[in-house]
Amino acid sequence: MDTNNIISPENLVYAKPELMNDNHMHYCPGCSHGVVHKVIADVIMELGLQEKTIGIAPVGCAVFAYKYLDIDWQEAAHGRAPALATATKRLLPDRMVFTYQGDGDLAAIGTAETIHAANRGENIAIIFINNGIYGMTGGQMAPTTLKDMKTSTSPDGRNVQTMGNPLKILDMLALLDGVCLATRTSVHTPAAVKKTRRMIRLAFENSMAGKGTSIVEVVSTCNAGWKMTPAAANDWMVEHMFPVYPIGDLKNI
Amino acid sequence: MAKVKGYVEVNTARCKGCNLCVVACPTDVLELQPREVNDRGYHYVYMKNPDECIGCANCGYVCPDGCLTVYRKKA
Repeated sequence: MDTNNIISPENLVYAKPELMNDNHMHYCPGCSHGVVHKVIADVIMELGLQEKTIGIAPVGCAVFAYKYLDIDWQEAAHGRAPALATATKRLLPDRMVFTYQGDGDLAAIGTAETIHAANRGENIAIIFINNGIYGMTGGQMAPTTLKDMKTSTSPDGRNVQTMGNPLKILDMLALLDGVCLATRTSVHTPAAVKKTRRMIRLAFENSMAGKGTSIVEVVSTCNAGWKMTPAAANDWMVEHMFPVYPIGDLKNI
Repeated sequence: MAKVKGYVEVNTARCKGCNLCVVACPTDVLELQPREVNDRGYHYVYMKNPDECIGCANCGYVCPDGCLTVYRKKA
C-alpha cells in the first residue's frame, strides 16, 4: 500500500497533544519529563479543562514547564509549589490547580509545604517526579537517593549511617486524612504510560470534585545524572528503584 | 484476518535520538540514522523496515519529545 493512502486524519492513531506547543524542550534526550508533559496535556484536553487549568511550575529541571504546555502557569519559589497552589485554588475554586514537582523540590526543601498542604486536604493535584537525584544542578544526592547509589555528592554511594535512608514521602503522605489519592506509577513502557494517564486523570477529577489532595508519584529516570543511556536507565530503574518505590496505589478513596 | 498497515511520521527536527522508541517497537521497524544528523546534531529516528509497521503506537507513547505521529489502516 502507498504511504500516502495511510497518512490521513481518519487513520491517525497517535500524535503529539495539541496543548503541547512546538517549542524545543530543553530536557536531555530520553528524559521522563517529556512523557509526563505529554500525558498531562492529553488529560487536560480529554477533560476539556484547557481554559480552567492552572499549573504551578517548580524549581528543578521542570522549571521551564510553562514554555511547553499552552495553559496558565505560575512559577513557585523552590519547594513552595503546594503553598502557591493552595492560594490559587482557594481564590479561584472553579479552576483545576496542579503542581508539577521533582524530588529535590517536593521531598527536600518543600517537605513542610507538601505535608501541610496535604494535611489540610487542599483540593489540588500534585504530580511528583521521583528520579532519586538532583537532575538540574548536576546529579547531587537527593533525600530519595537509594542506599549505596552513587551521585556527585556521594561518590562512594549513599551511606545510610551518615546520609540517612531514602525518603519514602508518598508513604508518609498516604497516612494523612486530607489525601484522597496517593499512587505510584512510571512511564517506561507504553502500558505504564497509559496507567499513569489514568491516574493523572483521576487526580485532576478529584481536584475538580473537591475530594482532597491527590498525589501521583511518577518513578522516573535521570539518564544524564545516572550516567546511562535512556534504555539502560529504564532497566536500572526497574531493577533498583521499583523494590524501594513499588508501583501501585497506596490510597485511593 | 485483515492485515494492518502502519506508518510512523517523524518530526526529525524535534527528535533527540534517545532510542526509546526503537526499544519499544515490537516489530523492529525503527532505527536511528547511522550517519545523518539533524540541526542539533542528533541522530534522528527513521523507519528501517516500513513494511513491518502495525501502527501500534508504542513508539509514540514512550517518545519524550512528541516527535512521532502514528497512522494505521487495514490493508
